[in-house]
Amino acid sequence: MKNKEKMPKTAGAGAETKKQGGKKRRWTKGDTELTLLGLPTFLWFVVFAYLPMFGTIIAFKKYKISAGHGFLYSLFHSEWVGFDNFAFFFKSNAFAMLLRNTILYNIVFIILGTAIPVTLAIVISQLYSKLLSKVYQTMMFFPHFMSWVVVSYFVYAFLNPTKGLLNQVVGFFGGDPIMWYSEPKYWPFILVFMNLWKGTGYGMVVYLATITGIDTSMYEAAMIDGATKFQQAKYITLPCLKPMAIMMFIMNVGKIFYSDFGLFYQVTQRVPNALYNTVSTFDTYLYNALQSNVSIGRTAAASLFQSVACCITILAANYIVSKIDSESALI
Amino acid sequence: MTKKEIKGQDNHLNRIKWGTNLCFNILFIILAAVCIIPVIFVFMISISSEASIAEYGYRFIPDSFSLDAYKFMWNERAQIFRALFVSVSVTVVGTILGLTLTTTMGYVLSRPNYKLKKFFTWVIFIPMIFSGGMVASYVVVANLLGWRNTFLVLTVPLAVSSFNIVITRTFFRTTIPDSIIESAEIDGASQLQTFIRIVLPISKPVLATIGLFLAFGYWNDWFQASLYISDENLVGLQAMLNNILKSIEYFASHPELGVSLTQYKQSMPSETVRMAIAILIVVPIACVYPFFQRYFISGLTVGAVKG
Repeated sequence: MKNKEKMPKTAGAGAETKKQGGKKRRWTKGDTELTLLGLPTFLWFVVFAYLPMFGTIIAFKKYKISAGHGFLYSLFHSEWVGFDNFAFFFKSNAFAMLLRNTILYNIVFIILGTAIPVTLAIVISQLYSKLLSKVYQTMMFFPHFMSWVVVSYFVYAFLNPTKGLLNQVVGFFGGDPIMWYSEPKYWPFILVFMNLWKGTGYGMVVYLATITGIDTSMYEAAMIDGATKFQQAKYITLPCLKPMAIMMFIMNVGKIFYSDFGLFYQVTQRVPNALYNTVSTFDTYLYNALQSNVSIGRTAAASLFQSVACCITILAANYIVSKIDSESALI
Repeated sequence: MTKKEIKGQDNHLNRIKWGTNLCFNILFIILAAVCIIPVIFVFMISISSEASIAEYGYRFIPDSFSLDAYKFMWNERAQIFRALFVSVSVTVVGTILGLTLTTTMGYVLSRPNYKLKKFFTWVIFIPMIFSGGMVASYVVVANLLGWRNTFLVLTVPLAVSSFNIVITRTFFRTTIPDSIIESAEIDGASQLQTFIRIVLPISKPVLATIGLFLAFGYWNDWFQASLYISDENLVGLQAMLNNILKSIEYFASHPELGVSLTQYKQSMPSETVRMAIAILIVVPIACVYPFFQRYFISGLTVGAVKG
């Protein structure tokens, strides 16, 4: 604030005519240097964030390769088809199923992925031994660092129909071996479990970092007033965790049309046909479409739908949160 | 409000009951075991003998041990080392590139009087809300840039994220006093000199955090390779595991190719070998992350500060 007040004086008489004094400051050598310093990253954003945004026009085209010309030439000389590609996607059998799967899985992930780590963070903060607490945290954080490809091997070791551990256990209790990778009914549970397995430790550690930052005198005052541990958690810890939880919530809601591609693709062993209707999400659909001969315009339309839907949800979530509690909103 | 004070206040009156503590400990022992056991299990499979697996399936304590999987990897070391080399070089180059691009922009945005600050802030903010999506990015990278089967495609597209820039910007703004930078300016230092000589040396915590985010991201990446890489010389460890899965599925779902079961078994690394490769990927992570865990946590909490 101080700087802003000083600025008009140094900038000279011309600044007085404008309301925003700071804006009128002359371009300095420092500005040039900072611009050069930021330029590489700016270019990165232009190429990898903004070009794809313009690349979405391919969704409105019937892309046809013009022989002997480059990609851009072909793109600009392809026929405009308006929203045909979108109409095709919305009318296809896959759309409703993909929408249902992606959103339902995400809702379950968001609810459990908030409730369980918050609870565990509160519980682990109460342990007597700080050393043991650290050991548990480290071990539970571990799955976060593994890729889904590697995790899919772990899962395979348990679910392999003939050699896997789970079927050995089933066999031990006299059951028939279960063909895990072709039985859709188990997969919602397996996917939710794997999502929690990978994310719980991470979430717990994040919330725990917030809990350790809470002023302990509040708990002491509460204790002197006769509050039980449960009441302390409810009236002190949870309110303190709220901003963090809301931030994570907005971020996750913003991704509600996206799915953790590796989870749905690798853990299921590349979406086998038997599981197609249960475990397909927008991302697995797009990935498979990219790898196959589906026209790129149609695939791009599905992809653009996903981006736009996400953009709307993130803004809506933020708007609702800002109405309820403006301090916690992200934007 | 320093950490020491908080520890000093650790009082014994306001504690949970002894029995509750025991129950909570048991709960966490179970949870920690659930997180670790799969790794141990896969390791035990990798040192089981093929005969034991054929006879009894995967076991925690196999009927007979064998180091054949690791011997096989050693015999195929040309391939394994090449993949390892790709993984390591992608991780190193990518992390350095990512750190450079992230911290420079973070620093630029942290300067309160910079004229284009608002513009650059929007440039990094908009992609957080709207992205072109998987397909449009694919089109840009594969068709427009023509980066299929290049080292670039494994490193550059993953180098920057808006989130990381926000973390560094917040760190620079909150921990580096403006007076230090102003005095450097008065002494005639250029912004680049100030950044390299003054800002970076006192920003080690955030460099460690972002560097680790990036390094783990690169080490664990298989997605870029699966989309853009078909050249064997650019296949890293993760991509190699992914490719093995892919070809197994391919042969299984295309019986018309006439690949008999024996042929197919000979061409594919055995299950123990695959498990051994998974272990090869996990071991470096397992050795490294406990030491750097606190940087992850600090980065996450810094990132939570609204800027």
